[in-house]
Amino acid sequence: MREILGDIDRWRAQHKRIAVARVVDIEGSGPRDPGAAMAVNEDGEVCGSVSGGCVEGAVVAEALEILKNNSPGQLVKFGYSDDEAFAVGLTCGGVVHLFIQPLSW
Amino acid sequence: MIYPALADRIRKNKPVALLTVIDGPNLGATLLTSPGVENIGTLGDQELDRVSSRDALGELEAGRTSVRNYGPSGQVTPEDLQDTPVVRVFVESFSPPPQMIIFGAVDFTAALARVAKVLGYYVVVCDAREVFATHRRFPMADEVLVTWPTPVLTERGPDLGARDAICILTHDPKFDVPAIQGALATSVGYIGVMGSRKTHATRLERLAEVGITKSQDLARLMSPIGLDIGSRTPEETAISICAEIIGKRVGRSVPSLANSDGPIHK
Repeated sequence: MREILGDIDRWRAQHKRIAVARVVDIEGSGPRDPGAAMAVNEDGEVCGSVSGGCVEGAVVAEALEILKNNSPGQLVKFGYSDDEAFAVGLTCGGVVHLFIQPLSW
Repeated sequence: MIYPALADRIRKNKPVALLTVIDGPNLGATLLTSPGVENIGTLGDQELDRVSSRDALGELEAGRTSVRNYGPSGQVTPEDLQDTPVVRVFVESFSPPPQMIIFGAVDFTAALARVAKVLGYYVVVCDAREVFATHRRFPMADEVLVTWPTPVLTERGPDLGARDAICILTHDPKFDVPAIQGALATSVGYIGVMGSRKTHATRLERLAEVGITKSQDLARLMSPIGLDIGSRTPEETAISICAEIIGKRVGRSVPSLANSDGPIHK
């Protein structure tokens, strides 16, 4: 979170709506530990990261959906990309659990 | 508002934990807690707030970030959790950054301070010579102190722990002996001392003169400093020092110069 405060502050000053995605848990090998965070504003601008670049694209889509639907937040799970349970995935074989929510607090 | 308080405490390096309901009743609710100040926000139940923030302060102390499960009113025992919805709370700890204290304002200091900043350290540079210890030479350092090692380590030593590092880059006995003495009196996780194998051998004699002879003390000194990766430039040496710090912190066996012999530069 520390590294994305500057971008979030700038977006808040511009009165943009913002969603924050945070890694809350990982199973097996994962590129980023719990606490890794990225933020997406209503225009689709992004800061921070939650993986080695594997799932960020899908996270942006989820985040925009959450902003559009005024959802209070959602747990999202990404796993190995060959597994048919996961459309977008990690190549490292781990599973990453993210919580994505509007920055309304 | 929680976010401004969170951002402010993170920026001021004050310990703070952010609690978020990620599953169950009051999804998305947040609570901010720090030692010694009142909580901000709520997870939707007073008792849940009390129990979860108490747990979060423990997690914060340990520097841990994790998910914890509660009943809707903060119940924690398995019996109490039967037949109630479970509230999953993400407890995110923001601990102050680890510290690196560098003794000696030399060329290697600037490179090491730069790499340490990339890794997230709060960097303090200390040298008794005021012409060398200047902010202009070390703009990347969080603090530049013109003083001797003993007062710095007397004052700050008690706060140093396993995540912190002391790097002694002076080759000057009147500076590095008190720096080593002061460093050994702390619980700091890493003590690196620059110098050739020959310098280290004569340094050991001087340390013996001031009574530092215990093998468990001497084993804490990483000298020559850094990994045996053939570093030459200040920047390469800085990388080798920081890589050694990471390896020691997580308990990996790494090719430290301190544990090998033969020439440092080939």
